[in-house]
Amino acid sequence: MSIASEANLDAELHAHGDTHGHGSMRSYLFGFALSVILTAVPFWLVMAQPIANPGVTAAFIIVFASLQILVHTVCFLHLNSQSEGGWTLMAYIFTAILLLITIAGSLWIMYHLNSNMMPGMPTGQVANTP
Amino acid sequence: MDQPLSKVIFGRLTWESIPLHEPILLGTFLVVALIGAGILGAVTKYRLWGWLWREWLTSVDHKKIGIMYLILGIVMLLRGFADALMMRAQQAIAFGANQGYLPAHHYDQIFTAHGTIMIFFVAIPLVVGLVNLVMPLQIGARDVAFPFLNSLSLWLTVAGALLVMMSLFVGEFSTAGWLNYVPVANLQNSPGTGPDYYLWALQIAGVGTTLSAINMVTTIIKMRAPGMTMMKMPVFTWTAFCSNILAIAIFPALTGAFALLMLDRYVGTNFFTNDLGGNPMMYWNLVWIWGHPEVYVLVLPAFGIYSEVTSTFTGKRLFGYSSMVYATVVITILSYLVWLHHFFTMGSGASVNSFFGIATMVISIPTGAKIFNWLFTMYRGSIRFELPMMWVVAFMLTFTVGGMTGVLLAVPPADFVLHNSLFLVAHFHNVIIGGVVFAMFAGMTYWFPKAFGFRLDEFWGKVAFWGWVIGYWVAWTPIYIVGLMGTTRRVSHFDDPSLQIWFIIAAIGAVIILVGILGFVIQIAVSIKNRDKLRDTTGDPWDGRTLEWSTPSPPPFYNFAFTPIVSDLDAWYDMKERGYQRPSGGFRPIHMPRNTGAGLIIAAIAMVLGFAMIWYIWWLAALSFVALVATVIIHSFNYNRDYYVPVDEVERTEAARSGPLAAGA
Amino acid sequence: MATVTAQTVPDPTFHLVEADDHAHGSGGGTLLGFWIYLMSDALLFAAVFASFGVLSTSYAGGPTPREIFELPLVALNTAILLVSSITFGFAMLAMEPGKVRTTQAWLLVTALLGMAFVGVELYEFGSLIADGATPQRSGFLSGFFTLVGMHGLHVTAGIAWIFVMLAQIGQRGLIVPNKRRLMCLGMFWHFLDVVWIGVFTFVYLLGMLR
Repeated sequence: MSIASEANLDAELHAHGDTHGHGSMRSYLFGFALSVILTAVPFWLVMAQPIANPGVTAAFIIVFASLQILVHTVCFLHLNSQSEGGWTLMAYIFTAILLLITIAGSLWIMYHLNSNMMPGMPTGQVANTP
Repeated sequence: MDQPLSKVIFGRLTWESIPLHEPILLGTFLVVALIGAGILGAVTKYRLWGWLWREWLTSVDHKKIGIMYLILGIVMLLRGFADALMMRAQQAIAFGANQGYLPAHHYDQIFTAHGTIMIFFVAIPLVVGLVNLVMPLQIGARDVAFPFLNSLSLWLTVAGALLVMMSLFVGEFSTAGWLNYVPVANLQNSPGTGPDYYLWALQIAGVGTTLSAINMVTTIIKMRAPGMTMMKMPVFTWTAFCSNILAIAIFPALTGAFALLMLDRYVGTNFFTNDLGGNPMMYWNLVWIWGHPEVYVLVLPAFGIYSEVTSTFTGKRLFGYSSMVYATVVITILSYLVWLHHFFTMGSGASVNSFFGIATMVISIPTGAKIFNWLFTMYRGSIRFELPMMWVVAFMLTFTVGGMTGVLLAVPPADFVLHNSLFLVAHFHNVIIGGVVFAMFAGMTYWFPKAFGFRLDEFWGKVAFWGWVIGYWVAWTPIYIVGLMGTTRRVSHFDDPSLQIWFIIAAIGAVIILVGILGFVIQIAVSIKNRDKLRDTTGDPWDGRTLEWSTPSPPPFYNFAFTPIVSDLDAWYDMKERGYQRPSGGFRPIHMPRNTGAGLIIAAIAMVLGFAMIWYIWWLAALSFVALVATVIIHSFNYNRDYYVPVDEVERTEAARSGPLAAGA
Repeated sequence: MATVTAQTVPDPTFHLVEADDHAHGSGGGTLLGFWIYLMSDALLFAAVFASFGVLSTSYAGGPTPREIFELPLVALNTAILLVSSITFGFAMLAMEPGKVRTTQAWLLVTALLGMAFVGVELYEFGSLIADGATPQRSGFLSGFFTLVGMHGLHVTAGIAWIFVMLAQIGQRGLIVPNKRRLMCLGMFWHFLDVVWIGVFTFVYLLGMLR
């Protein structure tokens, strides 16, 4: 391929927000620092158990996980509303919605199926049925 | 490991795996072998292997890949329909003392194979084939975004189909229904090769379909002609877009479900077992998360075809373009929210059932809106009742009934009575035949001249049409009736003699459909024979409105010498109105992808891997896996994937093809 | 070149006359196409996550999370994978100005960290199996081994891909197709770290809380 066409393609990789954004040292290090915190705190919450209520702890670590996913998405994957004319963001949001429907829908349905089809059996007993 | 050598080399494959004691299978094998030998012999005699390899097997041209998908779909239709005829024959005679001619174990494989083949190897290839053939032309592109992946997707689908066909002659197929339900498909209950054939065939084909969908979506987003905004795309392209987005969304669920079942069968995990913590219903949950949107993956492009045909053969712009687009998008999203209606009866309770029942009923609304749009397009139009339009009318009358029985089934208490009855079976055949199959015939008739340069014979087309339409109604109305009377599906023998008359009528209907299918096959043969008389010399035999009709028939391999600039919906109609003239000079080199055999080779290795895993031939499985990875990696070292068509070749091609068109304009 | 007289030249109203190539050539759609593939992979993980979720308390009288999970080891693995994301980022920063050797060095570090990650996981699996906590023991363990294992297989594929890229960059330098491939690999690698957030949260941490 000629140098001219290579330059064309190179320009193309950078034009029109076609790329998925560029990192910079700052965004990677910032993302890294945030991720360390958002990882260390949940591990500490579970290992040291400073909060007595496991439900509250669970809520915290889920929130932290969601935040860390966002940090990774913005700082490492460089997702923004411009790249590919907005299509990457749209694909991401659509996938996130389907992910939630798949997981939440499945858990909802299966919980109901289990409780209806094995009435009177407490979860602990179900869990330990050989 | 103290195993006899034959077990190490051949796994669980033995001479008993070949069903020499089943006369039907033996006869089938002889016929297939003879036809196969005949084809191979003819190709060899006329020295066509080189041509076949260069022009077709290694082609990355979307038009050729589309045609190959269509050929696959039509061939597999013959196999799937043979299964249907066998079932109809069995059910027409097997009453009381008469056990029929098919033992239950064989019958179960037949209905499983019938459904599997019809959905995965007929409907999907036909839809993907038409999208491949038409969509890039409609958007003014020269090919799809990833031509090599396109070829790979085709051959992976063929590999899956071949594995299913192999199960006829070596081993046996699954007996667990077209979705390979657990617990029947669990290792304990089906230790043979049946579910394994199913799983490997569909995993391999499923990778092909997923990659193809990613390809089509990227193509539509990135490769539209300048000026063609999303809201200026042809409706068929819109439906192809939404259908393929849906396919990308759902095939992972199926892949996951099948992978977990494979783990259960090969490794002994407990995902879907009845003990040790497994939960068979989770399999049902996952496959239906795939299964329901899948039917919309099939029917949306069908609706797109109806839109194109209606608009062309009434000479009018489609009524309500925006509402068609919104309806398509709404259907796409809603179809992901209804899957539980396939197992209302499994005990999820009132709150869950109500949610999914209501969602299912809601989804009929945008579909209804589409039907009104087609009717309003036809209103006050000058309708030409050529064959494609006849298929549209047949669709409207047939599919609507199926839609209504669907809304009936959407009501959970009604479904409690009708679930797994023949009423359900009649419903889905109603919508799939009336909706998808009729569209495929409409689309193939409509776009055949574009693909091959000559029209299809009209007489035999009408034989096919009436055979299918009359045959459908004669075959399936009795099935609705016996379903309402309480007859269960997937049953090969009945005790109530009062039902027999209905099954006999249904069998007659199946034979009428056979006439329709044979009419279609004859139509193709006759059209090829008479191709000079049926030649399309204008590239635009139907006075079309979209860009594919601006090219010669068939188009040059690069589609467009110059990328068109679009300013309105119905771009070609707009160009004709504004006095478009075909250029005969000023051509530039055209950037095109090279052909490659890598897709075929990778798919062939995948098929060997599947076969080895099915038969527990571990050394062959390991070897083919390594070969697969190695081939993919080696292929990645090939950077020489494209080239420029020189100007003089473009000139020559244009002079030969477009020159006559320009002269005739 | 002898031509027919009175050629009709393309009308710019109807035809793109300048060199187009732009998004119509190959490569224009690769990054978007790969991103869409990643979304489908995310949904594959969703199906397996959902299955794990449904079976997460089906112990069948066998080992429970608290009996088998070693959080310090998981924390170490999480740290390894997170650092590998940064090192890949450094590789991308070196790729931009075309620094071949630096890029290769950071890619190699990333691969080594990835191999350490997979190694720790294999050690974890090995010790669990030796203790009788096999994938066949219960639905919970089937789900655990499959979800974590599937992630590990993806990481392994990523490592193999890094080595292929090292060879291809060594052969041809940081030409445009190689840069494009590295960007895809980067998306893949970061995506796997995102999935790992889900895994360590929902499998390990929530498992310990139950």
